[in-house]
Amino acid sequence: MKDKTPPRPIITLEGVHKYYGDYHALRGIDAEIGEGEFFSLLGPSGCGKTTLLRAIAGFEDISSGRILLDGTDMEGVPPNRRPTNMVFQSYAIFPHLSVAENVGFGLRKAGMGNAEKARAVGEALEMVGLGGYGDRAAHALSGGQRQRVALARALILKPKVLLLDEPLSALDKKMREQMQSELRRLQRQVGITFILVTHDQEEALIMSDRIAVMFEGEIAQLAPPQELYRRPASRRVGEFIGMMNFLPATIMSEASGKLQVEVPGLGKAELERAQCPGPANPGPGEIGLRPESLTVLFDGQDAERVAPGKVEEVTYYGDMTYYDVRLEGAPNNVTVSMRNMPGRPVLARGEATKLAWDARAMVLFG
Amino acid sequence: MSQSSGFSKALRTDAGKGLILISPTALFAILLLAAPLTSIVLLSFWTQNFLTIDRTFTLANYSEALTDPLYRSLMLRSVKISLSVTAVTVLLAFPIAYFVSFHVRPSRKSLWLFLITIPFWTSYLIRVFLWRVILAYDGPVNGTLIGLGVIDEPLSWILYNSNAVVITLAHAFAPFAILPIFVSLEKIDRSFLEAAQDLGETKLMTFFRVTLPLAVPGVLAAALIVMIPTVGDYVTPRLVGGSGGTMIANMIYAQIFDLNDRPMGATLAVGGMIIVGSIALALVLLTRRWTRARS
Repeated sequence: MKDKTPPRPIITLEGVHKYYGDYHALRGIDAEIGEGEFFSLLGPSGCGKTTLLRAIAGFEDISSGRILLDGTDMEGVPPNRRPTNMVFQSYAIFPHLSVAENVGFGLRKAGMGNAEKARAVGEALEMVGLGGYGDRAAHALSGGQRQRVALARALILKPKVLLLDEPLSALDKKMREQMQSELRRLQRQVGITFILVTHDQEEALIMSDRIAVMFEGEIAQLAPPQELYRRPASRRVGEFIGMMNFLPATIMSEASGKLQVEVPGLGKAELERAQCPGPANPGPGEIGLRPESLTVLFDGQDAERVAPGKVEEVTYYGDMTYYDVRLEGAPNNVTVSMRNMPGRPVLARGEATKLAWDARAMVLFG
Repeated sequence: MSQSSGFSKALRTDAGKGLILISPTALFAILLLAAPLTSIVLLSFWTQNFLTIDRTFTLANYSEALTDPLYRSLMLRSVKISLSVTAVTVLLAFPIAYFVSFHVRPSRKSLWLFLITIPFWTSYLIRVFLWRVILAYDGPVNGTLIGLGVIDEPLSWILYNSNAVVITLAHAFAPFAILPIFVSLEKIDRSFLEAAQDLGETKLMTFFRVTLPLAVPGVLAAALIVMIPTVGDYVTPRLVGGSGGTMIANMIYAQIFDLNDRPMGATLAVGGMIIVGSIALALVLLTRRWTRARS
């Protein structure tokens, strides 16, 4: 879980900038993406993630900086000569060709005989679960099948890097979940580096070895999913990945690697220095807490650190109940998620309650 | 329930509403298309003796039309000229449509299309006459070429023959060819082109493997729109064709108005329709592979 250094960088991004006229789309991207890694570019629309992906594919020229692919500078190399292949958001399945012709499209110069090509196409279709679909017309396919054809068409060329531009956004929820696990399985099977562009934080968490969160053309944080979730580098990343409560806090002092923090509503807390990603100067700050890091105490339960409050809102999800609780002395509500278990009651709005909390789950933003 | 209310109810159904919507057009088409066409077909099986029409059924006109070398050569020439016009027009229209679709900024495209329609602002007749001036023995084309020293004496093969007909018709029909090709190019998802390049093809091969096949419906439409009316064109061959550029429509005119043989004129007209229809059908069938329904 600690920063897992990838075995060998297949892609190196060095100070990549991209301008569209006056618009600064990429503002100095530095990253290394390892061989065989499942890497995600995550961010809201307009953050530059697709621009970065297209720059790696060769569809966008970068204004400055370098993109190294397997050690070679890609400056001036057109898309057709880069060892990357792309799955487009629209899938871009050629409508005038059959499924097999689509999958075999890139094999024209592969120096294969017809029989060899047909076998390769068959294997590729088999791999994505479309065995026997070769003769189908491309326009007769469903969304999920198109996606598989697009995958087979790209993977048959054995690229060093497979680029996926929001490949799941056009699918319905059930299909999306199925494709998520299938993409993961496929990536492990072929061992190729996958770079996924997505705006869906859950999708990125589920699928990736590492995630680069991007805002306004910059990488805000690059980390494995667990680290990203537990230790967001900024309030903005914390808000973007999952749900996070924020409470104002006062940083009292720093001594022997520990930070003393006073949080209205919770009380005094002692944090490790690592729990604060930025500078921790004494003065006003903010702590972040995930909803599952707070626990509602029911009758007879007790904990080391307890804060009293009142239930302001109850949202029942079946498996979970989310409570908005106003802690005594706190300026804003915090959200608490509780698993619904046999014998555990669901509190009503307006009820008084007590929350147990743990300083280890806090993140401090100075 | 009374009959009238049943009738008004029928008019409120989807089919009823559809019929109401198309009825003016349908009436128009029946009066001005179906009825004359029927009379032409009937006429082609009759004969005319000076001013009286003999209404006994006969195939004599057809056997004459098929055997007389004059009719045959005129028909063949009409088809040849029409196919040449089609080829020239489509080949010249494609680059223009391609340029407007792929290289003109989206905000400027409608301006370009507007400019392309400028030839229509003057009458067809005037445009044909203009070509007569442009291509004339002492016209600007010959004048320029002589002035540049490219030729010593005026070209004689550019006016009053079939070449002049091809040049004039190709110009007149250019917008009809550009527009359908433009539309089919506009409909091509640009990610197809990127996908082809991503899969290893150069821009040139991408054009031949993706752009061109996907533009076939537009090219086919353009070819049909140009070919069908040009086979029967009458004004252009009359004005710039000379004797070597005379086409079947000129003969049909002569049969009906000069030679008082309306049945023969009708027969040639029906023959022309059958030939044009067959060529059009052949074109449609040949390109089916690219024009089948797609989503």
